[in-house]
Amino acid sequence: MTPFARTALGLALAFLYAPILVLIVYSFNDSKLVTVWGGFSTRWYAILFADGPLIAAALVSLKVALLSAGIAGVLGTLAALALDRHGRFRGRGAYTGLLYAPMVMPEVITGLSLLLLFVGIGLDRGIGTIVIAHATFATGFVAVVVGARLKGLDRSLEEAAADLGASPARVFFGITLPLIAPSVAAGFLLAFTLSLDDLVIASFVSGPGATTLPMRLYSQVRLGVNPEINAASTLMIATVGLVVLAASWLTARRGA
Amino acid sequence: MPAPLPPTAPLLGIERITKRFGPQTAVDGVSLDLAPGEVFCLLGPSGCGKSTLLRLIAGFETPDAGAIRLDGADLTALPPHRRPVNMMFQSYALFPHMSVAANVGYGLKGLGLSRKQAAERVAGLIKLVRLEGFESRRPETLSGGQRQRVALARALAREPKLLLLDEPLGALDRTLREETQGELRAIQRRLGTGFVVVTHDTQEAMALADRIGVMERGRLVQVGPARDLYERPASRFVAGLLGDVNLIEGRLGPDEPGGLRTVETALGPIRASGEGAAGAAVVVAVRPERLVVGGADGLPGTLQGTLVEATFLGDRIRSRIRMADGTVLRASAALPATGPMPGVGEAVTVAIPADAARVLSA
Amino acid sequence: MSGRLARLLVRGLPLAWLVLFFLVPFAVTLKISFSSPATAQPPYLPVIDWQGGLEGWREFLEALDFQNYRMIAEDALYRDAALSSLGYAALATAILALTGTPTAYAMARASKRWQPILVALVIVPFWTSFLIRVYAWIAILKPEGLLNGALMKLGLIASPLPILDSPTGVLIGLTYAYLPFMVLPLYAVMSRLDPALLEAAADLGAGRARAFFTVTLPLALPGVAAGALLCFIPMVGEFIIPDLLGGSDTLMLGRVLWSEFFSNRDWPLASAVAVLLLILIVGPVVLFREAELRREEAAEGRGR
Repeated sequence: MTPFARTALGLALAFLYAPILVLIVYSFNDSKLVTVWGGFSTRWYAILFADGPLIAAALVSLKVALLSAGIAGVLGTLAALALDRHGRFRGRGAYTGLLYAPMVMPEVITGLSLLLLFVGIGLDRGIGTIVIAHATFATGFVAVVVGARLKGLDRSLEEAAADLGASPARVFFGITLPLIAPSVAAGFLLAFTLSLDDLVIASFVSGPGATTLPMRLYSQVRLGVNPEINAASTLMIATVGLVVLAASWLTARRGA
Repeated sequence: MPAPLPPTAPLLGIERITKRFGPQTAVDGVSLDLAPGEVFCLLGPSGCGKSTLLRLIAGFETPDAGAIRLDGADLTALPPHRRPVNMMFQSYALFPHMSVAANVGYGLKGLGLSRKQAAERVAGLIKLVRLEGFESRRPETLSGGQRQRVALARALAREPKLLLLDEPLGALDRTLREETQGELRAIQRRLGTGFVVVTHDTQEAMALADRIGVMERGRLVQVGPARDLYERPASRFVAGLLGDVNLIEGRLGPDEPGGLRTVETALGPIRASGEGAAGAAVVVAVRPERLVVGGADGLPGTLQGTLVEATFLGDRIRSRIRMADGTVLRASAALPATGPMPGVGEAVTVAIPADAARVLSA
Repeated sequence: MSGRLARLLVRGLPLAWLVLFFLVPFAVTLKISFSSPATAQPPYLPVIDWQGGLEGWREFLEALDFQNYRMIAEDALYRDAALSSLGYAALATAILALTGTPTAYAMARASKRWQPILVALVIVPFWTSFLIRVYAWIAILKPEGLLNGALMKLGLIASPLPILDSPTGVLIGLTYAYLPFMVLPLYAVMSRLDPALLEAAADLGAGRARAFFTVTLPLALPGVAAGALLCFIPMVGEFIIPDLLGGSDTLMLGRVLWSEFFSNRDWPLASAVAVLLLILIVGPVVLFREAELRREEAAEGRGR
């Protein structure tokens, strides 16, 4: 690598990681002020673990993420199969557009319009409506991830199975699904993360009693920097870091 | 040498089958009968429709017209998994998430075999393709030749009467390919399974096939044993596909008793066999090794030329001879058996034996 | 027969879901943008009468008014918000293209062993909470924050710069949050470039810079375009970044919509703002989809 490329890369990575590093470091700061280092302390973590509403919100978020990622995983995989396997069916362009549009749609629009629908049809707002909303915008992401894998899949594998007498169902569950399973899992994980991350859409469509973690964090963040939020963030970052490490270790081991 | 006709009950009967992809006709009214135990090669350049024809037999494509019968039973409407034919794929299509044994045994489900019978069948097949000891290996740990053998064993597991092979040796390197050709033939003879092999490699088709069918732009243009196709090609395309050939343009003389005709060419009159209307524009096809170069003075029809290039190839000599009118003919191993080799630039005589010359439409 | 049923399910299930929860809501939003605010729950009039049939729709259509759109057209607030949304998104996209290109180039030129690690390093922040990553910048950018503290200690500035709650803060936040979306498509294109092309350029006398500008960049342009659209579209409607880093006078449509909805509880006006926002991004969305389809077709053409 040239010195120029090395510098560019270094700066970009520093830019990406500096704020995260600041968060982590100051979550252990005894002082409540960001600029003052008051010594190492874990007291914000103690406060965090005693914060009942925050923990309740985290549980709501987990529930919503699991359910919506499950729905998006199924719908996205089906959509990817339709696009890859059904050839040039009529309305294919519109189908693709409808699938991808929620991915780039500003969240304020998705959130507002879904809320208006839910109110219009008289659906009670709560965890269920957040699940529906998250599944809707995550389906496209799953379809993209699974679709990429399907595109790379040798079609003659499925033809070989059919040729050897396997029924379409046996071909799908015995050959296709096991071969695309890693991408379905990756799509599920992506949908899960997107759901955990969403503030805007959930704010629109949630009802009383359904406060997600981002909604809870946002209500505190608006009031300014708060070391307890730093501690919560550090825990979330550590979890993601562990998951990413485990995933890359697993893939590396399978590759060997 | 008439082509051996298939016996009265063909194993495979293809009747005027047609497949179109949009505006393009991939397979155009092909009819073909295959005898039991026959090895039939579909030969042609890429895009000629040979793979599509194979996929039509396997059931991966639905024909727009025509019918396919196996042992008299109509297969045309059956999905691939209900057809009693099996296919060996060009990419081998080995299931990457299954062991060698699981791959080979995949097709045994639903045949009504007991667990023990199935295991015996798999063991027998693995022995047949000499892969003992590799049963629990994953396909990605095998060499190309080993994968090819797993694919063959897997395709034979259901004991099909007809096996379809799509470029079965295409992924192997040259030396391995020749060795594998022999093995494939030996296994085929032992089992008596009918083979339909798709290939673009003429040498491979000649080495494997009882009969070859040449395809050109979706049509089956000539069918017969390799030697028939080589010596009596039906068209310039077949002549060129089967091997090197000299093509001399001319005009066909009148019909004569005895089958031989005279063709007026820029080189002079050439005697050749073939049909056509008197006065039609034709080409005379002559294989380079059938040209008689030198030592033929005085024979009727002897032509004069100049040697412009001679390449020593060990078992033969390949040469290029420029004729009086500027036409360049290619000859092979047709130098005098004794005496000195004529040098480049020397005058030589060239004779075209009548039994080596074929009249083809231009 | 069962095959046809399976096909119908595979294609129809996602379609039904997306029509019901993505298309229909837009239609509802469009209709509500033509109604007047009310204090009742739900806070808009007229309520759609789903049972009303044709007569119901006629009454509904008669009750429509363009008051919300008149307001958007006449009140400078909305025009300014629309323009500044586009401005912020365009400026941030330009900054992203300028910073993302060298980053992606450096990643693509790194050794094969390092490339997956670098890709992971770019992706990992994306997996951590967006809200929290934006929040982290508050501590860095605020007047008594780390950046100002460091600059003052170095003697570069005498008094704290007002970066937080300023357009600069919004631009830093946008660049930060969307950098991976620019770098990854660019890297995907650049890493697939045949290294022999650059060797050929060098062989023909091109220096590194010339090889980059005459070979790498032209070939990477589709990646730049894809990355730019992928960033530009959601940035126009961005809410969290202007809200946390932009201060009260930073106008962006996402924020205006949010406050019309949550603070003013004027649902019809919020719907009208949503329609306006949608109109602003429809052009880029169509461009993006066209590019996607063309790329897909090219990939399929290669297949058989």
